[in-house]
Amino acid sequence: MNMMSEAAVEKALDQKMNTVPFKMIGKDVSVYYGEKRALFDVNLNVRENTVTALIGPSGCGKSTFLRTLNRMNDTIDSCRVTGKITLDDGDIYDPSIDVVELRARVGMVFQKPNPFPKSIYENVTYGPKIHGLARTKADLDQIVETSLQKAGLWNEVKDRLHESGTGLSGGQQQRLCIARAVAVSPEVILMDEPCSALDPIATAKVEELIHELRTNYTIVIVTHSMQQAARVSQRTAMFHLGNLVEENDTDKMFTNPDDQRTQDYIMGRFG
Amino acid sequence: MSTHIASVYDEDLKYLTRRISEMGGLAEQMVAESVRALVNSDLALAQKVISDDAILDEAERQIGEKAIVTIAKRQPMAADLREIMGSIRIAADLERVGDLGKNNAKRVIAVASASLPRQLARGLEHLAELALVQLKEVLDVYASRSPEKANSIRERDNEIDAIYTSLFRELLTYMMEDPRNITPCTHLLFCAKNIERIGDHATNIAETIYYMATGAQPAGERPKDDTANTVGAIGN
Repeated sequence: MNMMSEAAVEKALDQKMNTVPFKMIGKDVSVYYGEKRALFDVNLNVRENTVTALIGPSGCGKSTFLRTLNRMNDTIDSCRVTGKITLDDGDIYDPSIDVVELRARVGMVFQKPNPFPKSIYENVTYGPKIHGLARTKADLDQIVETSLQKAGLWNEVKDRLHESGTGLSGGQQQRLCIARAVAVSPEVILMDEPCSALDPIATAKVEELIHELRTNYTIVIVTHSMQQAARVSQRTAMFHLGNLVEENDTDKMFTNPDDQRTQDYIMGRFG
Repeated sequence: MSTHIASVYDEDLKYLTRRISEMGGLAEQMVAESVRALVNSDLALAQKVISDDAILDEAERQIGEKAIVTIAKRQPMAADLREIMGSIRIAADLERVGDLGKNNAKRVIAVASASLPRQLARGLEHLAELALVQLKEVLDVYASRSPEKANSIRERDNEIDAIYTSLFRELLTYMMEDPRNITPCTHLLFCAKNIERIGDHATNIAETIYYMATGAQPAGERPKDDTANTVGAIGN
């Protein structure tokens, strides 16, 4: 008998999870905002083609950690990052690194949909143009179509590509932002509470999208919804007061976490 | 464990715990009364056990409904989820315990008409005592949620199995002695089997409690000393 039961297949996949290579490695990452320390020696690795969810109460440092992964914190003057973060073994804080290029490899989707006040078409082509990824109009057309398709938005907007991106519904705008992130062919996509401004249907669409994007990209998502973390991710990391409390397989995290603080947080109890 | 931020959630969980304890108390009482009715040929008591079963069935339904609504409303996680799933399982086990008690009670009429030796009744009583101790202790463990105690109950189920096997042999002997004993003895055999099953349900509950408390299944096979299924086989 070489037929495996569904449970056995899942178990094999879970075990395989431990052999998935790391796309990004965070070692002893600390972040300071001026005098205030926001992250304390976080050691967290992100696996390739895996959705990693970062959870924790407000102010726990999960968004701060996310933003260190594409140096988004550089935009804040008082912010200082120590420790080491690598992308495919390359130190992303190395002085020789071109931050713009880094952010093309590690894209980001924000909490509030923030399309440019331009057409849908231009929203998607903006990145490829500045990164010189397309030469001809035909190349751009192709990028627009594939990106919008990957973002599950193509069928809804293909007849009005030259209308303004801001005229779309909230959920469509967020998927447009995902299309914009995907257009520059990133390797990692960071999502900072991508569904918190969306209704349940738009949320479900974005979650479905995350599930599909996982095949080609590595995804790190910050979410306040435990159910969302449980639904979309394979690995979950729990932050508390600037510390990484626990990182585990998502299935384990939400049924039988190792740490009491994780337990209290996900069950909605007073810690 | 600390309380939930949403206090109504705690009340929902407390409701389940309370109802399970109530079910446990009633199931225990039904089993004890059914055996007493059997030993004393007390038809009125047997009738009471039979009608009590409806209360137990209703309680199981209510627990199931509350559990479903709580899952839908709160999307429980981790220990809370295990707690609720455990409640559903324990309620089902207790409902089965009640059914088995009821089945014993139904046999009282058939057994009452025969005059069976006192010794046989003693054997059955002893078996029931052990099963009731198991049931009582497992309900105490439910209240305390101690995984260690849950495990120790699980390991004791083989005592019941061993006594059941010896009772089985004894009943066979009576049947061989006098064919008129066959009808009542067969009923008693079913009664003994029912009681043995009650012990198994207590063990199921112990395992569920262990899972609720730890999130892991208890280690190793459940000890088994029930060899009645091979009694009479060649070489036995």
